[in-house]
Amino acid sequence: MKHVIPKTYKEALEHLSEGTYKVLAGGTDLMVKNRSWSETPARFKQDMLYIHNLDELRYVEDKGDHLAIGALTDYETLLRHEAVPKVLKDCLIEIAGPAIRKVGTLAGNIGNASPAADGVLLLYLLDAQLVIERKGARREALIDDVITGPGKTTLSNEEMIKEIRLPKSTFTKTQFLKVGGRKADAISKVAFAGAVRIEDGIVKDLRMAIGAVNVTVVRLREVEKLHTGETISAVQDSIVSIKNAYVPHIKPIDDQRSNRVYRKRVAFNMIEDFIMNMHIQD
Amino acid sequence: MAKVTFTLNGESITVDEPLNMRFLDILRMKLGLTGSKEGCGEGECGACAVLIDGQLVNSCLLPLGSVEGRNVMTIEGYRKTKRYKILEDAFIEEGAVQCGICTPGMVMASESLLNQNPKPSEKEIRIALAGNLCRCTGYEMIFKAVKRAAKEGEGLW
Repeated sequence: MKHVIPKTYKEALEHLSEGTYKVLAGGTDLMVKNRSWSETPARFKQDMLYIHNLDELRYVEDKGDHLAIGALTDYETLLRHEAVPKVLKDCLIEIAGPAIRKVGTLAGNIGNASPAADGVLLLYLLDAQLVIERKGARREALIDDVITGPGKTTLSNEEMIKEIRLPKSTFTKTQFLKVGGRKADAISKVAFAGAVRIEDGIVKDLRMAIGAVNVTVVRLREVEKLHTGETISAVQDSIVSIKNAYVPHIKPIDDQRSNRVYRKRVAFNMIEDFIMNMHIQD
Repeated sequence: MAKVTFTLNGESITVDEPLNMRFLDILRMKLGLTGSKEGCGEGECGACAVLIDGQLVNSCLLPLGSVEGRNVMTIEGYRKTKRYKILEDAFIEEGAVQCGICTPGMVMASESLLNQNPKPSEKEIRIALAGNLCRCTGYEMIFKAVKRAAKEGEGLW
């Protein structure tokens, strides 16, 4: 197996075009998944591309209508950047500890595609657009269209994520709630992210994303749209039908972290709590 | 095998080892720097934490391939600094060290915090040390030690 440190992003795409490489960004998931005995190398099952030195992919740029985040930008950097939305920071500060956040990246979180990934949950909430490149080609895609299942994405073996774009939006209230085994350093049992913009008592923008309750993050844009333009009380009066709309999609599993009964109950409580309190400022 | 060049405790170094080796093992087995400890080996405990470009990173989750061109500081290099002396005294004074396995990681996490935030609040200290587990002290003495170091070492960070 080949192990390569590309000197430039261009060179990285060149290697990727061979179609045999896996990209390692921060490595906080890959190094655990492929862990071997102490003092022996990680057991990677394919050629590896170590891109941690590609500083050209570390940037946060305000582009007017969106925020452009380079693929290697770590969570600690995002936490300190003034242009990063508050709700994303509320989430990032709850992920692991500083030593993991210093190498962990949103792009890696997408590539790993865990249904319990907190970072990915926020990318759904914020309508993240991904810039994906391979040698000689570039495409852009909404996060929902890239992640297809646990560990599964539409990224081909020749592609990598170059940039994450967060369209600018204004909210009157945002919420990130994570239920984990303990306060710090824990993976979510269930996670919820909500955002709403209310103007003159009218709900102008309503978004809810729920993590670790299905094979991908659950975000029902059609339900959100149905209630956009309604008054606060009209939306709140519809709480039963809103929750019913989520029933077919909240299908959590039993695993080592939690069980389906608990996860389901908590997920619906989070939806109700957000809807019923969306007009109350923190 | 591949050659990787980086700065280690102020000096440039090149190692010729597989890129998928854990940096923790490179430090301990190849370079004889055993100050960084292996606790869990999966990023939960922070006993292996080192500074990369001045910020805390778990060396057990870092493949050698990620260290190319970086500036690495381990507890062995850090102990030669004035800041270390302040932290050492504070840890001793507050009884923040018992078995000692977590201590190198705790000290590096404290340095990473104070370097970015010389006057941290109690909450900020707790956030900064959230990835470092200690099974002896119950943490309170460690928090007090960081507070003491921030005070005693005022101007150093």
